[in-house]
Amino acid sequence: MAATPEPAARLQWLFGAVALPRGWRMGAGPIIAAAVLGLIVLAAIFAPLISPHDPMTMDALQRLKGPSDTYLLGTDAYGRDLYSRVVTGARVSLFIGIGAAFVSVLIGLMIGLVSGFFRLADAVIMRIMDSLMAIPSILLAIALVALNGPSIWSVIIAITIPEIPRVVRLVRSVVLSVREEPYVEAAIALGSSMPKILWQHLMPNTLAPLIVQATYICASAILTEAILSFLGAGVSTEIPTWGNIMAEGRIYFQLKPSLIFWPGLMLSLCILSINLLGDTARDLLDPRLKKREG
Amino acid sequence: MKFKNRTFDDAETVLDIRNLTVKLAGNETAEPVLDRVSLKIRAGETACLVGESGSGKSVTSLSVMGLLPKGSLVATGGTIDMDGKDLLTLSPQAMREMRARRISMIFQEPMTALNPVMRVGDQIEEVLDTHARLPGAEKRRRVLDIMDQVHLPEVERIYRSYPHQLSGGQRQRIMIAMALILEPKLLIADEPTTALDVTTQQQILSLIGELQEKHGTAVLFITHDMGVVAEIADTVHVMRLGRIVEQAPVETLLRHPQKDYTKKLLEAVPSLTPRPYQTGEERETVLRVSGLQKIYSTGTIFVRREPTRAATDVAFAVERGRTLGIVGESGSGKSTVARCIMRLIDPTAGEVRVAGKEIATLSRRELRPLRKHIQIVFQDPFRSLNPRWTIGRSLIEGPLNLGEDKRKSLARAAELLALVGLPEDAIGRYPHQFSGGQRQRVAIARAIAMEPDVLVADEAVSALDVSVQAQVLELLDSLQKKLGIAILFITHDLRVAAQICDEVVVMQHGRIVEHDTAWNVLSNPQHAYTRSLIEAAPGRFWDFANFRELRSA
Repeated sequence: MAATPEPAARLQWLFGAVALPRGWRMGAGPIIAAAVLGLIVLAAIFAPLISPHDPMTMDALQRLKGPSDTYLLGTDAYGRDLYSRVVTGARVSLFIGIGAAFVSVLIGLMIGLVSGFFRLADAVIMRIMDSLMAIPSILLAIALVALNGPSIWSVIIAITIPEIPRVVRLVRSVVLSVREEPYVEAAIALGSSMPKILWQHLMPNTLAPLIVQATYICASAILTEAILSFLGAGVSTEIPTWGNIMAEGRIYFQLKPSLIFWPGLMLSLCILSINLLGDTARDLLDPRLKKREG
Repeated sequence: MKFKNRTFDDAETVLDIRNLTVKLAGNETAEPVLDRVSLKIRAGETACLVGESGSGKSVTSLSVMGLLPKGSLVATGGTIDMDGKDLLTLSPQAMREMRARRISMIFQEPMTALNPVMRVGDQIEEVLDTHARLPGAEKRRRVLDIMDQVHLPEVERIYRSYPHQLSGGQRQRIMIAMALILEPKLLIADEPTTALDVTTQQQILSLIGELQEKHGTAVLFITHDMGVVAEIADTVHVMRLGRIVEQAPVETLLRHPQKDYTKKLLEAVPSLTPRPYQTGEERETVLRVSGLQKIYSTGTIFVRREPTRAATDVAFAVERGRTLGIVGESGSGKSTVARCIMRLIDPTAGEVRVAGKEIATLSRRELRPLRKHIQIVFQDPFRSLNPRWTIGRSLIEGPLNLGEDKRKSLARAAELLALVGLPEDAIGRYPHQFSGGQRQRVAIARAIAMEPDVLVADEAVSALDVSVQAQVLELLDSLQKKLGIAILFITHDLRVAAQICDEVVVMQHGRIVEHDTAWNVLSNPQHAYTRSLIEAAPGRFWDFANFRELRSA
C-alpha cells in the first residue's frame, strides 16, 4: 500500500470513508451551471468596471429608450441604464444569498452540535426551533423593515431566522447517529473534553450535508430577497436589486417588457445553476440519496 | 467425539459445481473472485464450506442461487449442474422458479431477512402463494404444519406475530420454515447461527439435522466456525482466496489434514481446555467493583412500566497482571457492566474503584484526569477508529489530553505501533487502508498509549477471523506480560475465555451466577447455566489444534 498523497488525504478528510461512486461522470448540466454561475459571480465582482453607466444616475431625456449602442439593454422609466442596473443587482442578490447561507449554517451548526450531544439542552432547544420554524420569513421581513427601515441586513436576518431550525435539525440528526459510534466513545474514554469531541470528531461528519443544504438556502435567500424587494419590503428602492428592478418595471410592463425580462432571466438562471450544483454536490457526497437513473 | 460417517456413494447427486470461475465485471485482468471451484453435494449430505472472510464462500452460494450482484460480479466459466440443467444459463424466469422450489437459502441475520411490517405467518404463506395455487384453509394448514415441524411453540400465536416480537432463535426457525415449506432438494445456509447465542445455536443446528433426515435435503452449510463443522458436516470443503484448498470427509479432515492452510486454520481454533491458573504472590488489586447496579426505567410520567434491571449486585476484583473474563449470552448484562466501569453510562448504584479511587459517582469533569487508568477496546474494528483521522492522530489523542508534548507523543506512538506489530509508516495512514485485525491492533495501541492499569476488552476479538483472533489474543497476552496491565475480558465465546482468562465470571440476566478460576469454571462448572453453556459449545470433545480427541473428555 502506497502512502496517500496529500490531495487525496484532504478529500478523505472531507468525505470520510465515503468513496466517490464508481464510474461517476460529470454530466453537461453541472458544467453549464457552474459556467453560468461563474459568469454571474464575475459580473457581480467587477460590476463597476463593466457597467458603462452609473446605475443610479437618472436622465430625464433618456426615459424608456430601446436598446442602443450607449444603452445596451435600453433604459428604465427614470432614464437609468438597464444593463448597468441588472449587473449591479447581481451584487446585492449574491451577497444576500451567500450571507444568509453562511450565517444560518454557522449558527445552525453550533446549536445543532450542542442539541445533538446534550439531551437536556436538546429538549429545550428543539422546542424553540419548532416555534422559530412557524414564523414566515416574509412576515418577519416586513416587521423588521417596519422597525429598522429597509436594509440588506434586515433582509438577511429575516431570511436567516426561519432557515436556522432546518440546519439545526440536519446537524442534530447527524450528531445523534455519529455519537453512538465506538470511536466517539473511545474519545470519551481517552479523556477528551466535550468541545474537542464536538468539534474534532462530530463536526466533520456534518460538513458534507451542510454544503448541500447551504446551496439550497443560498438559492432560496436570493429568491426571497427578490420577492421582498418586489413587495417593497426589502432593500431600499433606489439600490438596484433584481427584485427592485422588476417591481419598478411592473408598471411599464406593456410598454417595455424587457424591464422585467432581463432581471427575471438573471434571477432564474442564477437560482437554477445554484440548485443544479447543489444536487451535484449531494450526489457526490451522499450517493445513497441519488435519484435512480433510467 | 462422534462424527457423521455416512457414505453417499449410492446417493443421487443434487448439485454439481464444476470449475466455477467468477470475476469482477469489466475487469478481465484482476484476480478472479472464484477460481475453478468444483464441488458436489448428494441427497441427504451436509457439505460445509469453511474459510475466512473474503475466501469466496458467500460468492459460491450466491452463484448457485443466481443472485450474484449484477454489474459487479459475473460467472465467466464452469457449470452449476442441477436436475440436468446448467443454472448459469437459465433465464431469470426459470431461475426464479428454481429458487424456493428446488433450492432455498437461509441467512445469517434473520431480522433483516424478514419483512418487519408483515406477520410472519403471512410471510411463510407468501412463499407458498408464489409457487402453488392452494385454497386458503389448505395453505394455512401447511404453514402451521411447517411451523410445528421447526418446533415453534404456540404456532397459532406466532403465526400472527411480527418479527420484532420473536427472539433471534424463533426468527431463524421462521426462516427455516420459509426455506423448507416447498421441500427443496438443496438448502443453502449462509452462517445461519453466527448471530445466535450458543444454546440457541445448538437447537438450530439439531433442527436443521432433523429436518434434513426427514426430507432427505442436501445442505450446503457455510461457516467459519470449526466447532460447528465438527458437529454437523459430512464433507468439508476448505476455501481460501477463491479456491478450494482441500476437500475431505469431516473425520479425515480433522484427523489428518493434508494442506498447510487447513492445518493452520485448525491450529488457530482456541482450545476449550483452560490455561492453568497461575498461583503466585499477592498482587495489588487495580479494579474493584462492588454492588454494581444498572436499572433502565422505560416508563414516562403517563405510563408506568417495570424497569429493566440490566445489572444487579455485580461484584468482582481484578489484580495487576491478571485477566478476568466475563462470559454470558446476549442480554446477560456483560456489556452493561463494562460500560458502567468505563463510565460511558452511569451506574444506578454501587462502587467502582480504579487504582484505589472511587469513580462511580464522580462528575464527568472530575473523572477526566482519572480516565488514563482504565481504557477500552471495542468489538467492531471498523467503527472504533475515526475514519477521517490518521492512525498517528488517533494514537496521540489520549496523551495530548493529558497535556503531553505533541512531538514526544508521536515518537511514543511509533514505538507503540512497533509494539503491536504494525509497520512504522502506518502512523500517517488512514484506517480504511488496514484490515480488521490491523485496526484492532491500532485500537489496542491507542488504549495502551495511556499506560492504563486496567484494559477492558469488550468482545475485542469477536469480529475477527480465527487466525487473526489467535494473533490478537497472543498480542494481548504478551502486552500483559510486558506491561503488567490487568485485563477485563468480555466475551460470549467460551473457547476464547478459556485461552486468555485466569478467572471467569459467568453472568445471566444481569447477575453473576458463577465466579471461579477459569480452570474450575470450565472443567467443573457448579451452576446449571454454566453447564448448559459448556454443553452447547460445538465440537467440545475435539482438540482441533492437535487433530485428536480431547484428552480429558
